[in-house]
Amino acid sequence: MPTINVKGSDVAVDEEGYLEDLGDWNEDIAAHMADEDDLELTSEHWDIINFLREYYDEYQIAPAVRVLTKAVGKKFGKEKGNSKYLYALFPYGPGKQACRFAGLPKPTGCI
Amino acid sequence: MAKAKVTPPEMREYPVIPVLKPDAMKSDGPFIAKPMHQEPLNFPGELVDNWEEKAVEKLGDLVGRYRSLRVYLDSCVRCGACTDKCHYMIGTSDPKNMPVARQDLLRQVYKNYYTPLGKFFDKMGWEWGTKLIGAKKMDRSVLDDWYNYYHQCSQCRRCSVFCPYGIDTADISMAARDIMDHIGHGQKYCNEIIAKVYKIGNNLGLPEPALADTLEGLEEDLEDETGIAVQVPLDKKGVDILLVTPSADFFAEPHVDGLMGYAKVFHEAGVSWTISSHASEAANFGMFIGSYENMRRISLRIREAALDLGVKRIVFGECGHAWRVAYSFLNTLAGPFDFLDPKYPVPQHICEFTYNLIKEDKLTFDKSRNDDMVLTFHDSCNVARATRMGDFPGGQFVIPREVIKAACNNYYDMDEDTIHDLTYCCGGGGGLLTDDLMELRVKGALPRMEALKAVTEEHGVTHLAAICAICKSQFTKVLPYYNFQMDQIVSVHQLVSSAIILDGQVTDDDD
Repeated sequence: MPTINVKGSDVAVDEEGYLEDLGDWNEDIAAHMADEDDLELTSEHWDIINFLREYYDEYQIAPAVRVLTKAVGKKFGKEKGNSKYLYALFPYGPGKQACRFAGLPKPTGCI
Repeated sequence: MAKAKVTPPEMREYPVIPVLKPDAMKSDGPFIAKPMHQEPLNFPGELVDNWEEKAVEKLGDLVGRYRSLRVYLDSCVRCGACTDKCHYMIGTSDPKNMPVARQDLLRQVYKNYYTPLGKFFDKMGWEWGTKLIGAKKMDRSVLDDWYNYYHQCSQCRRCSVFCPYGIDTADISMAARDIMDHIGHGQKYCNEIIAKVYKIGNNLGLPEPALADTLEGLEEDLEDETGIAVQVPLDKKGVDILLVTPSADFFAEPHVDGLMGYAKVFHEAGVSWTISSHASEAANFGMFIGSYENMRRISLRIREAALDLGVKRIVFGECGHAWRVAYSFLNTLAGPFDFLDPKYPVPQHICEFTYNLIKEDKLTFDKSRNDDMVLTFHDSCNVARATRMGDFPGGQFVIPREVIKAACNNYYDMDEDTIHDLTYCCGGGGGLLTDDLMELRVKGALPRMEALKAVTEEHGVTHLAAICAICKSQFTKVLPYYNFQMDQIVSVHQLVSSAIILDGQVTDDDD
């Protein structure tokens, strides 16, 4: 099984780099994954990551794009409530890249 | 949008047959399914010990079960008509992506074990004879080629349109995948998704509470936009219509904009309807893996939901291969549907539903609301080549276009060699819409992107409309590789949604 080494400890991930066990997650892991993708996490990134984790906690799935953009718009201002803003933060897509940083499983299906 | 590091092929001035590059796409193929993805589908968790024997046995079972498969394997005369018709062949130049070569990967094994000459040479151990007739024993190199190249076929069936014998490469690729599943060598993407349908009800793994929350949010948005309480009901019993739609419609863009369009159309038609959390998925990946048993098990969920909710009609949302399963197979897989209202087609496509209302003049459109776009339509392969829509030949081509034209002032078709039953696949169909196949997806989109570019330059087309969840997601990803924008792909019912004026709706123009 593949692993990533974050601050001296090995964490199990799947072939695509998503955490095998959601319980392993910590902020260092998110920062490490972002670093690998040449991204630096700002407070704006963390707002999204934290929202994803909260939503997952309640619903056992990542939020739909529209649910996410609406929540972001409500919380952080209307100008941020759209997928352009989210793609600017997470260029590989909020559904996939941001979920990976947040320790969530990869959304599957025709998406 | 940033991209995975794939260099797209150069767009060509005019179509030429590419110079072949042997092994250009040789690889280990997509991720292999783990036991947790295999076992819920009743497949062995991993490659079984005597897999060579088991694979040959399963092939025998399939050619015995499906006369069509045996005919396809027997009847190829190697005329070459199919060779340059595959979008993956055009985009990758790999000769094993010529449909005949792809078929031969299975055909060589069939010849060795199930034709009189092949059996004879095999028994005598005469390798020259085996070679002469193009037969081959099942071995690891064969399996690796199967796994790689049968996951480079989107089962779009464009090659079959050109084959003088009508050989269906999709059927052959489905059979190969079924055999591989039965020896414990399945594909992660498809099988993980089917397991989720069994466990949760849809490809996404969207549980009922999350679905309910998502739909409630859509109702709020619809009311904010129109001032009217348009409903998006879930698990409502005793209504007229069960809507079965791809779960991507709940989750992704531009899919969800289409779903809001269906809701507005149902509202305006004055029919009662519901989505089911039990059958919250139109897609049926059982078809992609060629597994009748899994295709049936997924289909039965729709029957169960329809019975449980007591509906009179079933309408399918915008999903390409789902419409093939629904239109062509649903009755035999999950029928009889004698409990539904016989006045309506079982099932009916959402485009036909909307088209009928347009014909009856029951919908009001302000087409100018889509004047910021010039549209073209991408025929999705399964809808175009495996189904019909409405009650007249070619309805599957005419009806979606008529719906678009009712909602938009500006529409142009792409080149006639790339539409209707000659349409090119988006590059991501047939169970290939996964990140581990991104190179293939980008390259396979080439012919469609060329046709789009041509119509963009000639008529100023700005947007491509589609009625398939896979096409929409695939284009969102690959358009940027060809210097288009990711949001140039739209849902057909998104256009309906933008232009429709609901009864009593206060529009900006009235203010």
